[in-house]
Amino acid sequence: MLLRLIKFLIVPVILLGIGVGVVYYVVENPTDSMVARMLTYDFIITSLEKHLLMVFVSMLGAVAVGIPVGIMLSRPSFYYPGKVIENVVNVGQTVPSLAILALFFTALGLGFNTAVFALWLYSILPILRNTYAGIMSVRPEVIESAKGMGMSPWRILSRIEMPIAYPIIIAGLRTAIVINVGTATLATFIGAGGLGDMIVTGISVRREMVTFTGAALSAVLAILLDYIVGRIEKSLVRWS
Amino acid sequence: MIRLENVTKYFPGMERPAVNDLNLEVGEGEVCVLVGPSGCGKTTTMRMINRLTDPTEGKIYVEGQDTSKMNPIKLRLDIGYVIQQIGLFPHMTINDNVATVPLEKKWARSKIKERTNELLKLVGLEPEEHGGRYPSGLSGGQQQRVGIARALAADPPIMLMDEPFAAVDRITRARLQNEFLRLQRELNKTIIFVTHDIDEAIKMGDKIAVMREGHLVQYDEPGKILSEPANDFVANLVGKNRSIKRLHLIRVNEILGDPTNEVKMDASREDVRAIIDEDITATAMVVDEDRRLRGMVGRLALEDKEGDRAADLMDEIPDSVTDDATLNDALSVMLEIGEGFVPIVDAEDYFVGTLTLNDLLEQVRGDRGAA
Repeated sequence: MLLRLIKFLIVPVILLGIGVGVVYYVVENPTDSMVARMLTYDFIITSLEKHLLMVFVSMLGAVAVGIPVGIMLSRPSFYYPGKVIENVVNVGQTVPSLAILALFFTALGLGFNTAVFALWLYSILPILRNTYAGIMSVRPEVIESAKGMGMSPWRILSRIEMPIAYPIIIAGLRTAIVINVGTATLATFIGAGGLGDMIVTGISVRREMVTFTGAALSAVLAILLDYIVGRIEKSLVRWS
Repeated sequence: MIRLENVTKYFPGMERPAVNDLNLEVGEGEVCVLVGPSGCGKTTTMRMINRLTDPTEGKIYVEGQDTSKMNPIKLRLDIGYVIQQIGLFPHMTINDNVATVPLEKKWARSKIKERTNELLKLVGLEPEEHGGRYPSGLSGGQQQRVGIARALAADPPIMLMDEPFAAVDRITRARLQNEFLRLQRELNKTIIFVTHDIDEAIKMGDKIAVMREGHLVQYDEPGKILSEPANDFVANLVGKNRSIKRLHLIRVNEILGDPTNEVKMDASREDVRAIIDEDITATAMVVDEDRRLRGMVGRLALEDKEGDRAADLMDEIPDSVTDDATLNDALSVMLEIGEGFVPIVDAEDYFVGTLTLNDLLEQVRGDRGAA
């Protein structure tokens, strides 16, 4: 038990160590006074908080919409709409993330809420697609035998289809999280803050250290969240 | 037990009905085999009984009750269901798979555990060894055993089986069929068994329903189907070599006499020689104190080997057959080992006699005489 806990914690602890180390190093060893003025603990933590908030709110919303809609589309009565929407979603996924942000700020204005909305919409796509694909991947004879033994449609969904689809659904979640953390750095362009502030300001004032800090933190964040969701998957799925 | 009255089924977009005005009655404890080429409506007929498909016209009664007025979920919980592709749940252990219907029926946990163990043993699996595994860790034959255990879990009076043994190899299939027939003699379920294999139908069925293009062509006992096919279609299905097919119908224990060539481990060389000289098989079967088969002595071994007692002279047994196997199974084992006889053991593995090619010939000849 303890061993498993240590095994589980080792990667997050290393990642947190890298993050804290980077922040400590850049704040304590600024290359010049301008970097010193920009990179304060206060500024870094506020950016990080804002970034995390954007990611969590949009991800929660995306899960709350993506999974139920994915399930609904996988029902036999939605067979054709399901196929259509699956294709629409696949096309939607090819639109660049920056374009999505640009698209919505013209309609919804600048600011944090617009960014969250765009991130939400963009994150729904992989979650919805994988939920749908996961459930559709359940072999027809498995459903047939469950039905033939007297399981109700609801029981088949909750006891058979969803558990079999978990690995694929969670893979979608991981894709969504990584995309989300990365795309959230672009939110700075519509004035929503976050780690993107550091990256963009660093570029515009040509201070690599500032850019590096923002980029490093968002990379660490993406890897960390991906790892955590991956571990949750492992504890849920023991059979494959 | 199960009665179909003027049942017709049209699928949308099809001109010809899949099942056409079908009448069928299956008595309690009977195995009714639906047989026919693919597309003859046999699977559709079976699926209408547990309402996976609803008939367009006609009524189906299960234990006297009109199924169209029953809750389909409740109906299905009391009907075991086995399909060719098995459809085990890949994310559940073997135990959990078998426990599916008891769980749906909300049995107590301890009762489910007990029942699961009992069933796995019944179908020849070890609860300790296999129960905790996932289906992907089992062979095809083992998976099909689990499929049958799962269908039997809540002890349903009726079983529907759609080509349950079609996906496994020939040898495993014959073994599963024999085990299943042995089980059925104990459990006495009412069974609808779908197959396209007439040999399987003859072997498994108490009654055979031959279907063609949605119609019931002939509904009779296997012996009658062989001796009096209703028309050319049935005759063609049964094929030319009916005498050989008849071997499917007779079990070894029905014709096996007392053992004639059995010797004890400590029998003398002379005793063994006497048996070999006298017996039609020219072989002596060596059994131990517990009547378990230990080896056999042929004329060659008798000449070549040294030693005074049967135990010193014997060779290994090439193969044996259980006494509940059909004559056809015994024949194919004889051909495989290249001998005119095969030793027979019972379900507990005790030696009960030797079946010879002559015994089989007599059966076939007897049939000719009768026909």
